[in-house]
Amino acid sequence: MDERVVIPLHDESEPQRRRSAVRRSARPPRPADGSADVYAFNGAAEFDGIDDIDHVAPALPAAGWERRASKGLAFLRRRLTGNYSLDDYGFDPDLAENVLLPVFRALYDNWFRVEVNGLENIPNTGGALLLANHSGGLWALDAAMMSVAIRERHPVQRHLRMLADQFVFSTPGLSVLARRAGATLACPADAERLLNAGELVGAWPEGFAGLGKPFRDRYQLQRFSRGGFVSSAIAAGVPIIPVSIVGAEETHPVLGNARSLARLLDLPYFPLTPTFPWLGPLGLVPLPSKWYIEFGAPISTEDAEGGRDVFELTDQVRETIQTSLYRLLVQRRSVWR
Amino acid sequence: MPSPTQRVVLITGVSRYLGGHLAERLAADSSVERIIGIDTIAPRTSERPRLGRTEFVRADIRNPLIAKVISQARVDTVVHTAALASPRAPRVTLQDQYVTGTMQLLAACQTSESIRRVVVASTTAVYGASAADPALFTEEMPPTGQAVGYARSSIEVENYARGFARRRPDIPLSVLRLANLIGPTVDTALTRYLSMPIVPTSLGYDARLQLLHEWDAIEALHRASAIDHRGVVNVAGEGVVSLAQAVRRAGRLRLPVPSPAVALVGAAVRNSGVAEVSAEKTSFLNYGRVVDTTRLRTQFGYTPRYTTEEALRDYVEARSVLPRLVLGAVEGAQHRLQDRLERLASAAARMGAI
Repeated sequence: MDERVVIPLHDESEPQRRRSAVRRSARPPRPADGSADVYAFNGAAEFDGIDDIDHVAPALPAAGWERRASKGLAFLRRRLTGNYSLDDYGFDPDLAENVLLPVFRALYDNWFRVEVNGLENIPNTGGALLLANHSGGLWALDAAMMSVAIRERHPVQRHLRMLADQFVFSTPGLSVLARRAGATLACPADAERLLNAGELVGAWPEGFAGLGKPFRDRYQLQRFSRGGFVSSAIAAGVPIIPVSIVGAEETHPVLGNARSLARLLDLPYFPLTPTFPWLGPLGLVPLPSKWYIEFGAPISTEDAEGGRDVFELTDQVRETIQTSLYRLLVQRRSVWR
Repeated sequence: MPSPTQRVVLITGVSRYLGGHLAERLAADSSVERIIGIDTIAPRTSERPRLGRTEFVRADIRNPLIAKVISQARVDTVVHTAALASPRAPRVTLQDQYVTGTMQLLAACQTSESIRRVVVASTTAVYGASAADPALFTEEMPPTGQAVGYARSSIEVENYARGFARRRPDIPLSVLRLANLIGPTVDTALTRYLSMPIVPTSLGYDARLQLLHEWDAIEALHRASAIDHRGVVNVAGEGVVSLAQAVRRAGRLRLPVPSPAVALVGAAVRNSGVAEVSAEKTSFLNYGRVVDTTRLRTQFGYTPRYTTEEALRDYVEARSVLPRLVLGAVEGAQHRLQDRLERLASAAARMGAI
């Protein structure tokens, strides 16, 4: 962990805001202005398709609307006829691009107003293992937001492949969604296969211990129940990128755990939050906390072999994540803004 | 390997799909001198021309007679497909036929002096299907303990094959684990299942399916009978389709029901294939199964001609005209709507220009 000077979190937020402002005002399509910061990439990409139509029907909202509607129709047709492709893990880029990511992007931009930094630490090509802290009580929204950050804000727009617990795949509904979104079982075989194929693999080594931990333990890293991740990175010879996520803890503050109910329903834990389960479905809505995601400097696994090295690397990753969590917490002005 | 001029191949299960088609394929192979097909039932009359120069012996491989057939005909290659029949008969009988039959057949091969090559057709069902499984199974992964029915008897068959390989290390033995067969002519639980007009599936689950085209299955078995490969190899088409996707591509309607009820719905529709698909592999309909085929392509030296998607397409196109009607309707509706939208947009553009 290099002791960088205080990361200019709040300065970072400026281009972020400008970007989203550009995007919002862009609804009646206008050519992309020269907002040439890193974030312009996405903006420019969005304008591209609309620009073509601009020449035909200048400044007409109908043109953009028509394009979007026919895109939607084509998407519906692909879904109805099964004319889309899955990869071996069940990842469905068509659905992810057109449904899942847009939904999560809306949450990302408007609900959690995520601020991200350290994206330059994610390689443009080749595999890397991203290990992050896990929290959020009800939903693993931190995984979704991390995917959006990497897909939408990284210059190369890579997909994050997530490793999830067996529980996810044995739960009806969730099992379909998880595979379609690019998740697969957290086991050495899958982790190494993905890493060897040069994918960005995200894992949350705390597992359910992190997700369901009580609110009083917020931002305290739990035991890494899945130490195998580091071994997989070593085996595949890819770097580990520590990721710290601040804000997810406050979305569903876990005040208690109904253990017997959890056992009865065969769940890993049953969270009791200020809103869940008291408000019914409304209790599933996350509180709109302000999020920060920081991608740390890659930790090389090239010289590591196994045994002691695995422990040392695991410790190093833990410490890095914990330190930057504390730093981000000190810097944040408020939970909500 | 035996010199090509004097190859005598014995095929078990010759009255069934794989055995019969393999016999046909071998009959076209000039390096094979004699083909002897064995089965407990005679091939259907309509199937007989296909078998060509195959000599048919009606015998049960559980019977010691099998050793006599092998020694008299000086069989040098045995391809055992009888343990991979479609599990349609009463289960106990089949189990006994598969497992005991394999044991007797391999015992006969073990004492034989003429045998130089044994191929056993098995199934990827030995890997099981569950939420705790990795995305792809490799040959090194052990067959799961939770296997039941058909899968369990296949595991036992493979155990005997392994025992044989240990006792006769001079005879190369291959076990081919075939994925779910599909194609224009083959009849399996899966093809019947997908041919129902309304297909019951598990609510909240969408299995990943990997398919093997019938043509590729025959080719792989044919190749296995002639090469010097040892050990287990997965045989499957590349790529994956989901069950929901397969149902849609087949132009059928999906009826998601809670997974315990799938078998009940299937039982209500006789001969649907659901009963078999679900009774043996309830979890198969939930999770599906995908295997790694690296070993097939590199070590075994066979690359399937059809991917999973192509195999499915071949099946759909050959089986019915209904799918194209349904798909055509959807596509037509989309094009009509799009036309209307374009006209609207151009009208708006003209208005804007004025």
